[in-house]
Amino acid sequence: MRRLLACLLCLAGASASAAEPLRGTGDLGIVVERARGSVQVIETSTDTALGRVEGLGDLSHASAVFSRDGRYAYVFGRDGGLSKVDLLTRTLAARVVQGGNSIGGAISQDGRLVAVSNYEPGGVRVFDAATLAQVADIPATYGNGQLSKVIGLVDAPGQRFVFSLWDAGEIWVADLRDPAKPEVRRFKDIGRQPYDALITPDGRYYIAGLFGEDGMALLDLWDLDAGVRRILPKYGQGGERLPVYKMPHLDGWAIAGDRAFVPAVGGHQVLVIDTGTWQEAGRIEVLGQPVFVRVRPDGRQVWVNFALPDNGQVQVIDTKDLRIIQTLNPGLGVLHMEFEPKGEAVWVSVRDADRVDVYDTATFARTATLPADKPSGIFLTDRANRIGL
Amino acid sequence: MSWIRMALLGLIPVLVFTAVGSALAQGAAPEPGPGQPSPGPSAERAAALRNLLVQDCGSCHGLTLRGGLGPALLPADLAGKPPAYLQATILYGRPGTPMPPWRPFLSDADSAWLVETLQRGLNP
Repeated sequence: MRRLLACLLCLAGASASAAEPLRGTGDLGIVVERARGSVQVIETSTDTALGRVEGLGDLSHASAVFSRDGRYAYVFGRDGGLSKVDLLTRTLAARVVQGGNSIGGAISQDGRLVAVSNYEPGGVRVFDAATLAQVADIPATYGNGQLSKVIGLVDAPGQRFVFSLWDAGEIWVADLRDPAKPEVRRFKDIGRQPYDALITPDGRYYIAGLFGEDGMALLDLWDLDAGVRRILPKYGQGGERLPVYKMPHLDGWAIAGDRAFVPAVGGHQVLVIDTGTWQEAGRIEVLGQPVFVRVRPDGRQVWVNFALPDNGQVQVIDTKDLRIIQTLNPGLGVLHMEFEPKGEAVWVSVRDADRVDVYDTATFARTATLPADKPSGIFLTDRANRIGL
Repeated sequence: MSWIRMALLGLIPVLVFTAVGSALAQGAAPEPGPGQPSPGPSAERAAALRNLLVQDCGSCHGLTLRGGLGPALLPADLAGKPPAYLQATILYGRPGTPMPPWRPFLSDADSAWLVETLQRGLNP
């Protein structure tokens, strides 16, 4: 009997391995193909595409988070779609259309909850990460019962989600330890039109950038009673802003040691902030309006892409002496850059050329290029185990 | 220096031609002279404008134009709105909102084509 069982097991093993050899997920990722409504599953050990998963809806401004085992990507589409993509089988494991118009999401500290921020209906909805069944709904009410668009949603320690209300000018901290009864703490009058936010990699500080006025709003999650305080209040004061052709982004990749690098809004500058004092520590002139400002994992380089009309170029800043050391011309429509886990290479999406390029970050040589259909966001699985990504 | 002044000084075209824009700006339809009907953009220009509409306008209004940070731009949303008003919004933006002026990239004929396309529907 035992022999029979062993033989059956061996048969089962053989059939699984015949389909596809076993593999891990640490070198996997996805490239969003925004117009086609698909993602490509990529692999960074040999820079190849493993396949495509279709049927994800309107993926303009799509972003993704990963399950902690790196197997599933939760993709947040503009049309309110939340798709769970299995990177190993390259199939759609689950999908719900949970809102009319959404902007991004986050996965909880314990990996069991996925939250989505919605423009329409304004608020945050929370789903079971396994089944995508809805477990909580947090309408972003303000004023006389209006609903605000929600942006800058991140996960935070303590099974919390933190997000900002574009229309209301508020930051909310939602505690989901009991998903049936989310406890929300609101911070009002944080500034006009928060457009995006980041949380520091240690999960302590939440910083929202303001579009409607100068400066940023800072919340210390270790000391909520201290409330929100304004940083960089004088930034841009008295100067006239240039029109903004693409909203800048903020994300946790902007922190390098004791400095944060953030895009100026309506200016051709990257701002350097001292994270000890939250004072401005410098400005770096760049060739256009920054969209993404991303720090290489070791903190030594910052890569910047730009809004129209400069979206064909990328600049690299050396953080040691805060100067630009390289300007690259990948092609029109550079929408995103994603570093490999230890930073030796970076993936760059070039929308109008229908290409994803891989650059060596030491030599700046292009080392690989893959065809992709109007690629935008690139997300690698090492995000799975980072706070705020 | 104000945006307007920069435009007057001709700095904008320089900026535009340095990068992208190039593709878009180079194809800008010539302005029709007085009394002449607008010839409309060339097929090549129309393709560039369609790409702009889907990809760049889509950043805020959604790839399917159902709205995002900016409002929905489907025919039903724009029904009854005077084309001149919509063209002015495209060319000069909406102060106090994130809608920027697209004047540096677009001619009058371009904006007319965009409004007509939006009011008719991108994929009729």
